[in-house]
Amino acid sequence: MITALAFYMFAGVLVASATMVIAARNPVHSVLFLILAFFNAAGLFILMGAEFLAMILVIVYVGAVAVLFLFVVMMLDINFAELRQGFQRYLPIGGLVGLVLLVELMLVLGAWVVAPEAAALRQAPTPDAAAMSNTEALGRLLYTRYAYLFQASGMVLLVAMIGAIVLTLRDRPGTRRQSVAVQVARRAEETLEMRKVALGQGIGEEKGVVTHGTPGLRPAEAAKTATEKAEVR
Amino acid sequence: MQTLLLEYLPILIFIGIAGAIAIAMVMAAFVAGRQKPYPEKLSAYECGFEAFDDARRKFDVRFYLVAILFIIFDLEVAFLFPWAVALGDIGVFGFLSMVVFLGVLTVGFIYEWMKGALEWE
Repeated sequence: MITALAFYMFAGVLVASATMVIAARNPVHSVLFLILAFFNAAGLFILMGAEFLAMILVIVYVGAVAVLFLFVVMMLDINFAELRQGFQRYLPIGGLVGLVLLVELMLVLGAWVVAPEAAALRQAPTPDAAAMSNTEALGRLLYTRYAYLFQASGMVLLVAMIGAIVLTLRDRPGTRRQSVAVQVARRAEETLEMRKVALGQGIGEEKGVVTHGTPGLRPAEAAKTATEKAEVR
Repeated sequence: MQTLLLEYLPILIFIGIAGAIAIAMVMAAFVAGRQKPYPEKLSAYECGFEAFDDARRKFDVRFYLVAILFIIFDLEVAFLFPWAVALGDIGVFGFLSMVVFLGVLTVGFIYEWMKGALEWE
C-alpha cells in the first residue's frame, strides 16, 4: 500500500515538474524543476529496486549535470521576450509538425508488443533483489562481460575531457601564474638589501630603487625579481 | 524486494516530515504574518543605489570547463562503486579492466594538468 502510494506521489510530482520544466518562463526555474524531476525519478528507481541507478542519478545528474545546465543557461544570454515574438506566426506550422509527430509516436507505441521469447533470450536476467544487491549485480557484469563497452565509455570520457579543454581553454596574454618552484627557490639576499640609515636622513631618492638595487644582478634579472615580488604580494 | 524497500521507509518518513514542516512554516508566515506588499520590497537591493543592470549576465566560459571536468571525474568515481562491491567475484580480468579504464582517464588528467586547465589565473 505504502509502495503504491509512494509510486503515485513520485510519478505525479515527476510529471508535474517535467511539465514545469518546459512551461516555466524563467529558464533558471526550469533547471530547478529539472532537479526536482531528477529526485523523483531517483525515488522511482528505488521503488524498482535499482538502488545504484538512483544514487547515480542524484550524484551525477543533480550534483553535476544540473550545475552544468545552470552555467549554460547563465552563459547563453538569450532575450526571452524577443524569442516569444514570433510565437503566433509559427504556431500553425509548429502545431502541425507536433501533431504529425504525436500521431507517428502513437502508431509506433500502439503496434509495439514485447516478443514472447524476449524474456528467455536475455543474456543477463536481473537477479532477485533478496539474493544480490543491484550494485553487485551490475559490478559482476559490467567489468567482465561488457568490458569492451566499459572501455569504450572510458574513451568517450577522455574525448569529452580533451574536447572541453580544446574548445574552452585559451591562454590570456599578460596573466601571471603562480610558479611554486621559483617562489621556493628564492633567497633573501636576492630580494632584500639591508642598509644603515643615518638618523633623521632616510635614504632619499634611492627609496624606490632599493628593491631593484641588489648588487651583482643584471637589469633583466632585477626586473624579474621585482615581478615575482609583485606576484607574491 | 519488500525488505529492500523497508530499508528506505525511514527516508520516506523523513521526506514526509521535512516537507510537512517546510510547508507549515511557509503557510504560517502567510497566515500569521502582517502583509504589506509594495514594489520596492521586490526590487534588487544593491547597497542603497539603483541596480546597475540585469542579474543575468554572461558567465566566463571557464566555469563551464571546470563543471565539465568535474562531471567526468564524477562519472569515473561512479564506475568505481560496483567494481569495488563485486571485486571478489570478477577476478583478475575485471581488475585489469578497471586499471585500463583508469589509465585512459589518467592520460586525460595528465593532459589537462599540463595544459593548465586546472589553474585559475
